[in-house]
Amino acid sequence: MEIFVQQVVSGLATGGIYGSVALALVMIYQATDVVNFAQGEMAMFSTYLAWSMLNAGVPYWAAFFATLAVAFVGGLAIERVVIRPVENAPVLTIVIVCIGLLVILNSVAGWLYSYIQKPFPSPFPAKPFKIGDIFFGAHDLGALGVTLLVLVVLYVFFRYTTLGLAMRAAAQNPVSSRLCGIRVGWMLALGWGFAALVGAVAGMMIAPIVFLDPNMMSGILIYAFASATLGGFTSPGGAVLGGLIVGVTENLVGTYVRFIGTELKLTVALAMILIVLLVRPSGLFGRVAVHRV
Amino acid sequence: MALLEVADLEARYGWTKVLHGIRFAVEDGGITTILGANGAGKTTTLRAVCGMVRTAGEIRFDGARIAGRATEDIVRLGIAHVPEGRGTFMQLTVEENLRLGAYARRATGAPARDLARIYDYFPVLGERRSQTAGSLSGGEQQMLAVGRALMLRPRLLLLDEPSLGLAPLVAREIFRIVRAINREERVSILLVEQNVATALDLADHAYLLETGRVVVSGPSAELRRDDAIRRSYLGY
Repeated sequence: MEIFVQQVVSGLATGGIYGSVALALVMIYQATDVVNFAQGEMAMFSTYLAWSMLNAGVPYWAAFFATLAVAFVGGLAIERVVIRPVENAPVLTIVIVCIGLLVILNSVAGWLYSYIQKPFPSPFPAKPFKIGDIFFGAHDLGALGVTLLVLVVLYVFFRYTTLGLAMRAAAQNPVSSRLCGIRVGWMLALGWGFAALVGAVAGMMIAPIVFLDPNMMSGILIYAFASATLGGFTSPGGAVLGGLIVGVTENLVGTYVRFIGTELKLTVALAMILIVLLVRPSGLFGRVAVHRV
Repeated sequence: MALLEVADLEARYGWTKVLHGIRFAVEDGGITTILGANGAGKTTTLRAVCGMVRTAGEIRFDGARIAGRATEDIVRLGIAHVPEGRGTFMQLTVEENLRLGAYARRATGAPARDLARIYDYFPVLGERRSQTAGSLSGGEQQMLAVGRALMLRPRLLLLDEPSLGLAPLVAREIFRIVRAINREERVSILLVEQNVATALDLADHAYLLETGRVVVSGPSAELRRDDAIRRSYLGY
């Protein structure tokens, strides 16, 4: 029983991280209908920037927020410079551009920082604490809390601010949005900026667990895809919940199903993507797209 | 004085020229209607005023040239467009749709008062303010589209076939409100309408388009007596 609860708790912690990357994916998908395959590498690159600042002696939270600012501007710039020219191109073109971006960011990071793993500090205490018979990693809980906080902030922003409303409108109906005076191009760029920012948060929360290296996000991106697919690509809350479910499931399956163990964990995520797409393609909370003909 | 003046307006989609140099005006505080068969270029004319198609020629709003400017900037001058198909944001609530209408004048906005005014004109929208707009009927969505346009507090309202697909009673209600908006708030209106009799009743000036050219124009009362129009469009 203790093992079970322990596994659920640590599953929730990693799941929160999958959820936050999934959240970034969903944000761009909702704003621009693009599945951003470079999301993981953008997060990784932001985390390296944070690492550089920390190495230069900047205090953790100063580096944290400075990284968010740089990531936001970076995301904005990527949309304006790289995505904008192919905005109206077929989906496949945009996918290829994103994959190109992934490869470029990965190799630039490798070239600048080398492929050797680096430790990355956690802002939370190292000592685990104990409630009853269960150990909680402080970083695990902290990361989960940060993810939920990001979700709440985004929810409030999109639900209650005029800019958030304009961004939702621009994603849904660009023509009508222009007629309301909304600068649609900038709304899409903002969507990329916010997604890059959320990705940077995720990166800085993951790095203390998996260590910092240019390939640190490749596995996590697959988990994030599983999370977003499970929660529904049109539902931010669903993406985070999907992440938590994926995290817990992979942990429990890894613990209790002998032949899967730790080696085949990633397969669980891929299997989940497959099952969701077969059984319920819109995910648990996604909107079913209805087209009037 | 004319609020909107259009001269030698041409517009094309790709290689196909749709407007071949048309000229018309909307008086300040007046209602002008553009009539014509399907494909005559009525919707394109409205889209041209809003900068939604490539154009050549002169478009002046309140004396200033607006041809070639971005739609978002033209809207900020106080030109609200109720587009063909209503342009509803289906997944947003009724109230969010309305708030978007006021987006362009955020700095001066007092949306609470504007919302109250819209709910006054269209009580049914007030009852459904927190429903998603996609759940509204066609007539309610048309009211929402007009309401959204009014949230801009426009000086000029472009209306594209507001009665299309509506039951006659609902259409009559919408036209009653359009007239009220014009009289009480001094909003000038450029109306494209398939129902020629209603349009001529409402408008002070009318222009008849045929394949992208103005063939007849003048005060509505005169056009109503025009034999060609009576036979082709009024059916008696």
